[in-house]
Amino acid sequence: MRFRKLSLEQKNRYYGLYFILPWFAGFLFLFVGPLLASFRYSLSNLQVTNDGFSLDFIGFANYREALLSHESYVRILTESVIDILINTPLIIIFSLFFAVLLNQRFRGRVLARAIFFLPVILASGIIASIESGDLMQSVVRSANDTTGGGLSVMKNLELTVMLIESGMSITFVEYLTGAVSRIYEIVSQSGVQILIFLAGLQSISPSLYEAAKIEGSTGYEAFWKITFPMISPLILTNLVYTIIDSFISDETSRLVVDTAFKSFNFGLSAAMAWMYFAVIALVLWVTTAVVSRKVFYQD
Amino acid sequence: MKTETAVKERSARETRLQRMASAVYWVEFAKKWLWTIVRFVLIFGISFVIVYPILLKLSIAFKSMEDLYDSTVIWIPQNITLHNFKLVFEAMNYPSVLMNTLLLSSAVMVLQTITCVLAGYGFARIKFRGSGLLFAGVIFTILVPANTIMIPLYLHFKNFDVFGLIELFRGEPVNLINTYWPFIISAALGMGVKTGLYVYIFRQFFKGIPREIEEAAYVDGAGYFATFRKIILPNAVPSMVTVMLFSFVWQWNDSFFTNMYLNEPKVMSSMMASSGYAIATHLSGGGQAEIASYVQDPFFMSMMMNTSVLMAILPLIILYVFVQRHFVESVERSGLVG
Repeated sequence: MRFRKLSLEQKNRYYGLYFILPWFAGFLFLFVGPLLASFRYSLSNLQVTNDGFSLDFIGFANYREALLSHESYVRILTESVIDILINTPLIIIFSLFFAVLLNQRFRGRVLARAIFFLPVILASGIIASIESGDLMQSVVRSANDTTGGGLSVMKNLELTVMLIESGMSITFVEYLTGAVSRIYEIVSQSGVQILIFLAGLQSISPSLYEAAKIEGSTGYEAFWKITFPMISPLILTNLVYTIIDSFISDETSRLVVDTAFKSFNFGLSAAMAWMYFAVIALVLWVTTAVVSRKVFYQD
Repeated sequence: MKTETAVKERSARETRLQRMASAVYWVEFAKKWLWTIVRFVLIFGISFVIVYPILLKLSIAFKSMEDLYDSTVIWIPQNITLHNFKLVFEAMNYPSVLMNTLLLSSAVMVLQTITCVLAGYGFARIKFRGSGLLFAGVIFTILVPANTIMIPLYLHFKNFDVFGLIELFRGEPVNLINTYWPFIISAALGMGVKTGLYVYIFRQFFKGIPREIEEAAYVDGAGYFATFRKIILPNAVPSMVTVMLFSFVWQWNDSFFTNMYLNEPKVMSSMMASSGYAIATHLSGGGQAEIASYVQDPFFMSMMMNTSVLMAILPLIILYVFVQRHFVESVERSGLVG
C-alpha cells in the first residue's frame, strides 16, 4: 500500500507539525493528562496504596468541604484575590514610571538598569520567606509594629498628615501610604515588567517625538499622547503576566500544597486548586476584557 | 564675496550673554536641574530598597561572634571573619550542591531552548485549521497555576511508565521521585517552568521573519529541517539568548518543583530552606564543643541562615554581573516587543 503523496502545497501546510511534535507530546502527557486527572481527583477520595492509588468517587463533596467546612480556605482565597487586585495596578504604574525614567539618558544608567533587574535574579520570594524567619529582623519589625499600633497608616505618620491636610480623601490616603509600606513587595515583583516596558519604549520611533516637539508639545503631553498609547499593548501583556506571576508564591498555593503533602488529603487539595484556578481565570478574563477595549493597536 | 545673510552674525560670547539675560533661560535651567535631582533621588531610593537586603546580609555574614552582640556595630563589623562562610560551606555540603544546581539548570536550559525553538517555529508556520486552537493550548499552559496539576504529576512520576514498556522490562513501574529525571523529561517535552512563555516569545519572533528567505532556501534544494538549522536559527540568536537566560535563572530559583520532586536538599533553593536544620545538626554532631552551645542561640542561627542565603545567591550575582548587559538588549531584539 502506498500513501498518496501530498502535493507541495499541502506539504507546506503540514510541515510545521513536525516541529511542534516534542512540545505536543509534552502537552498531552504532562499537561492535559494531569489536568483531567486532577479534575477527576477533585471529585473523589484519593488513597495512596503500595502499588498505586485508589479512587472512590464522592461527587462534589470535596468542593463542599473546601467552601463550607474548611476553616481557612475561603478567607485565604479572598485575601489572595484582594492582594492581587491591590498590587497589580501598583506594580504596573510603578514599572511604567521607572521604565520611562530608565529610558532617559543619564550617567549611571547602565548601573541603574542592572540594579532594577536584580530582584528577578534573586528569587525574592524565597529570600523574603527566609527573612521573615530571621529573628533579628523580626524582632526589629515587631518593635516597629507595636509602636505603630498595628495600623499600616501609622508607620508613615508624617506623610499621612501631610496628605490629609492637603485635602485628599481618607481612603485614598490610606491606599497611598499602604502602597509606600509595600514598596519592597512591589519592587521585587516588577523586574520583568520593567524589562518589557523598557524594550517597548525603545521601539517607539523617535520621529513621533520630534514631530510633537516641533508642534510645541511639553514632555507631559508627549507622554500621554505618544508614549502611553504606543505602550498600551504591553500594558495588557504585563497585566496578564503580573496576575499569573503572583499565583506562585501566594498564600492559597501554599495552602493547596500543604493540604496535599502534609495532610495527604489529595482530593480536597485538587478541589481547592481547581476553585482557585476558576477564580483567577475569572479575574483575568474580566481585566483583559476591560483593558483590551482601551488598547491602541497601530495597525 | 561676503555672505548675504540678513541676520547679523554674532560672536558666541555675545549669544551666550544674550541668552543668560533672558528669564526664560533660567526657568528652563531650573526645570532641567529640578528634574535631574528628582530623578536621581527616585532612582537612588529604589536602588537602595533593592540592594539593602543584600548589603545587610553581607555585613551580617562577615561578623564574628563578638560583633553579633556588640551594639555599637551596625554595618561594619569590627573583626571581619570568614568563619561563618567556612561553617556553612561544610554544613551544607556547598560544592556538591553548587555543582548539582549548575548542571541541572544548564541541562534544563538547553533542553527547554531546543524544544521551544522548534515549537515556536512550528507554530509560526503552521497553516491548517485548528492551529489557533493548539496555540490557545500554549497560552493555557501559562495560565493554569502549577498546583492544579501538581498531584497528578507527582503520582505520574512516582509510577512512571511509558505505555507499559517499562513494566514489561522491570516488572513494575519505576519511581522517579528524588532523581533529576522529572526535570529532564519535563524540559525535553516542553513542559518545564514557564515554557509556554518561551514558545510565545519564539513564535512572535519567527512570525516576523519573511517567508521569502525560506522559499529561497527551498528553491536551492534545502529540506525543511536543513533550512531551519542553517538559515532561521542564526537569526534567532537574540531570542535564544533571552530564553536561555530566563530559563537558567528561573530553574535555579525554582522551589516549587524542586521541593515536589526531590526529597533531599540537593539543589540550591531547597538547600536554603533547610539550612537551619542542617547547620544545627552539623554543629551539634560535629563534636565542636564550644560552638555546640551556640546552637541554641537564635541570633547565631539567624546569622548562619543569612550567610547560607548569601552563599546561595552569590553564584547568581556573579553570573549576573557578566550577563546583565544581554538582558535588555536581547529582549529588545527578540521581537517580543514591537
